[in-house]
Amino acid sequence: MIDFVMIWAVIIAFGVIMYVLMDGFDLGVGILYPFAPNETSRDVMMNTVAPVWDGNETWLVLGGAGLLGAFPLVYSVLLPALYLGVFLLLAGLIFRGVAFEFRFKATPKTKKYWSAAFAGGSTVAALAQGIVVGAYIQGFATENKVYVGGALDWLTPFSVMTGVGLVLGYALLGSTWLIMKTEGEIQDWAYRLTPKLLAAVLFIFVVIGIWTPLVDQFVRDRWFSNIFSIWLLPAGALLSAFVILRAVRNRSEGTPFVATMTLFIFTYLGLLASKWPYVVPPDYTLYDAASARESQLFLLIGVLFVIPVVLGYTAWTYWVFRGKVRAGEGYH
Amino acid sequence: MELDPLLISRIQFAFVVSFHAIFPVFTIGLASYIALLESLHFKTNNPQWAQLSRFWTKVFAVTFGMGVVSGIVMSFQFGTNWSNFSWMSANFLGPILSYEVVTAFFLEAAFLGVLLFGRDKVPKGTHLFAALMVALGTFISSFWILVANSWMHTPAGVEFQDGILHVRSWGEAIFNPSFPYRFAHMAVASFLTGAFVVAGVSAWYLMKQHQVEVNRRALSMCLWLILILAPAQAVIGDFHGLNTLEYQPVKVAAMEGNWETQSNVPLLLFALPDQAAQTNRFEIGIPNLASIILTHSADGVVPGISDTPVEEQPPVAIVFWSFRIMVGIGLLMIAVALWGLVLRMRGQLYKPGLFHRILPLMIATPFIAVIAGWFTTEVGRSPWLVHGMISLTEGLTPSLTGGMALATLIGYMSVYAVVYSAGGYYIWRLVMGGMDEGDSKDSHSNTAESGAHAKRPLSAGGPITQGSPASPIKGDWS
Ligand code: HDD
Ligand code: HEM
Ligand code: HEM
Repeated sequence: MIDFVMIWAVIIAFGVIMYVLMDGFDLGVGILYPFAPNETSRDVMMNTVAPVWDGNETWLVLGGAGLLGAFPLVYSVLLPALYLGVFLLLAGLIFRGVAFEFRFKATPKTKKYWSAAFAGGSTVAALAQGIVVGAYIQGFATENKVYVGGALDWLTPFSVMTGVGLVLGYALLGSTWLIMKTEGEIQDWAYRLTPKLLAAVLFIFVVIGIWTPLVDQFVRDRWFSNIFSIWLLPAGALLSAFVILRAVRNRSEGTPFVATMTLFIFTYLGLLASKWPYVVPPDYTLYDAASARESQLFLLIGVLFVIPVVLGYTAWTYWVFRGKVRAGEGYH
Repeated sequence: MELDPLLISRIQFAFVVSFHAIFPVFTIGLASYIALLESLHFKTNNPQWAQLSRFWTKVFAVTFGMGVVSGIVMSFQFGTNWSNFSWMSANFLGPILSYEVVTAFFLEAAFLGVLLFGRDKVPKGTHLFAALMVALGTFISSFWILVANSWMHTPAGVEFQDGILHVRSWGEAIFNPSFPYRFAHMAVASFLTGAFVVAGVSAWYLMKQHQVEVNRRALSMCLWLILILAPAQAVIGDFHGLNTLEYQPVKVAAMEGNWETQSNVPLLLFALPDQAAQTNRFEIGIPNLASIILTHSADGVVPGISDTPVEEQPPVAIVFWSFRIMVGIGLLMIAVALWGLVLRMRGQLYKPGLFHRILPLMIATPFIAVIAGWFTTEVGRSPWLVHGMISLTEGLTPSLTGGMALATLIGYMSVYAVVYSAGGYYIWRLVMGGMDEGDSKDSHSNTAESGAHAKRPLSAGGPITQGSPASPIKGDWS
């Protein structure tokens, strides 16, 4: 019998990393907003992501709905557990989402408020997502498949650290994206910023690497058991960091962004490998969390046909908007 | 006083979904209108269609953005506040909502980028294709979400096993008994919403003598549409009600304000339902009419609310009154459509007058009717979440405290207050700013450099300056 649970685990894992990479760079552009050289460059920065951000964010919606469809326990435990954090995430996404339209509609006097909404919303959303990662590593208090912990269990120094880590990571994705999509002043600024952000990301990476086995017994056992291949993942991440650095020094335009994406992928795989097969740690595995077999099958049939089409036209829109974005172009 | 997480969660859901509801109905209607305008432009090459399309696309961009962000909130509400419901019904709702994402949301989102920003980057035919895909996406989206919602009203094709719903028949569950009616009613509601907004704005521009020719075309198109759809909506609504009578008789009893099961039930025009006394006060009604509408015979028996134990009754007054508001507006729309027809036959449709003054006021009515309709449907389902299967109490998140629910309720209210008043204001300003000149080749009125001059008032060249100088349209917005 085919193991649908495994297939779905791969699909959801794919959806999540798609979200992280794609919304990651446009959230990153928002996080970098306050530090931009000037207002004109902010217009350009926003226009590099304006045509695609909505599609990027749809991967988050897919993550939510897909979990409800394939692993409902994750949905029904994590959302109550992260209740207040989810609100912050959504409030952040609301403000940055409307800022795309409102900022260009605003008068010069009020424009700065929507710039702030874009920057603040992006940063809060990224922070909240990073905190979710930390909370996930820590695990959730459950009884009989129901969350029984408190309202603020997710908020710990550790999860704040992972939150800051993700903010910096998205900022790095954002700055390497800008290297690729802009030129002149903005690009120079992004070139200068990238090594600094990379250093900060690596620092957090090390801190979390030391801290995680201390807060989590399971991860400790996994890392220091005899599965040596798991160490290939952080090694891959470090290699990517090295590539980014060299590419920035050579002023390559596309490589920094691609290498940042591989850095994220290695880190993400490391996280998955550390927790596997627990999706609602510490108690429930993928199999406990899965929906009924018929439901997984029903959804699988459609998804296998539709997702390739989605990827196709998404790629096409990126192609339509390929190339550098210049000041004064691009807005309707 | 203990804060009741159930009550607060209900208020919260009603609040966020009401905001979400009014943007989608408008975007669905408007997306189709834009697709139509783009098609006409493609076929005839008449620049007037492009001019209309450009203007309404700008409005669309703002409302769509607000629809998206409110929708993202919705997709997490189920998990945060109704996690037991999510867990129990996930085998059905999970796949349905996921299908919505993969078949509709991606389509809308991807092609929206091309529709808004791609006019100069892709060939004309491709741009038209993008407009069509966005419109199609909004329909596919409403298909799935109304499957989910209708199933909660008239669940079918599922059975409980160990406390969790399992799907027995996907066909029965998806095409559940109330779905066809709800989908048709909602689709027509969307077109009516789009048509009334466009008609209202066009009539107002005509009054201001702004871009007269295109706005005449737009007004005429919309009024034809309304003339067909407003009566159709009443007919569909009637069938919808008959279907509800079969599956949720208590809801219909509440809509009619009928407490005792009896024959010769009057159609109440006014009443103050008193749930404590299980009766109405100050009734005014038309004898026998409710029996005739619901059973097609004057002595037909209509179910009564009091047959159900008091704890299991929905709040009657809300259902009763929101239903009347919706139907009242529906009748008003028919009246306006007929008035327009009379003017048209007399050749006076474009002559400024009372009719052109009324139409802008009518813009609010479809939105009110939509909210009222949803309140009827949803409140009438109480105390059930999934009718007859999962109650509101069972569905609630167990770990949710009243304090947490209240904190986020206040949070959402504050965020929405800022975001939606700003959005409403920007749309208003877009409309006040008037349409671009028909011959201006592209619509880059809003680029970085021209930001300071963006949204030039109509007076900057439009014939509107001939209008009264005191008119608000001449104000200085920039
Ligand atoms: C009949 C129409 C209708 C109804 C009843 C609903 N929606 Fe909706 N929704 C739409 C019609 C729509 C739409 C027209 O397709 C939107 C509006 C703007 C947009 O992007 O698509 C949308 C957007 C939208 C989005 C954003 C999609 C994106 O990122 O592009 C989400 C996550 C949801 N909705 C989820 C929901 C949920 C969970 C609902 C139920 C409680 C719901 N919607 C009711
Ligand atoms: C978009 C238009 C909609 C509107 C305006 C609307 C309105 C409402 C209102 C007013 C309530 C409160 C009823 C009460 O407290 O007694 C409610 C309840 C509910 N509705 Fe809807 N609804 C809409 C669509 C949907 C859809 C599409 C779904 C599901 C897919 C849905 C699921 C629910 C749920 C889970 C509740 C229970 C929570 C509660 O009672 O507040 N609704 N809705
Ligand atoms: C005279 C005309 C109308 C009649 C007889 C009518 C009838 C109905 C009925 C019986 C319901 C309740 C469905 C249920 O029991 O669950 C309903 C719901 C609803 N109505 Fe109407 N309606 C009319 C006009 C309108 C208009 C003009 C609009 C908006 C433009 C509208 C929008 C809605 C919506 C959004 C709902 C909730 C969703 C649904 O259940 O379909 N209705 N209508």
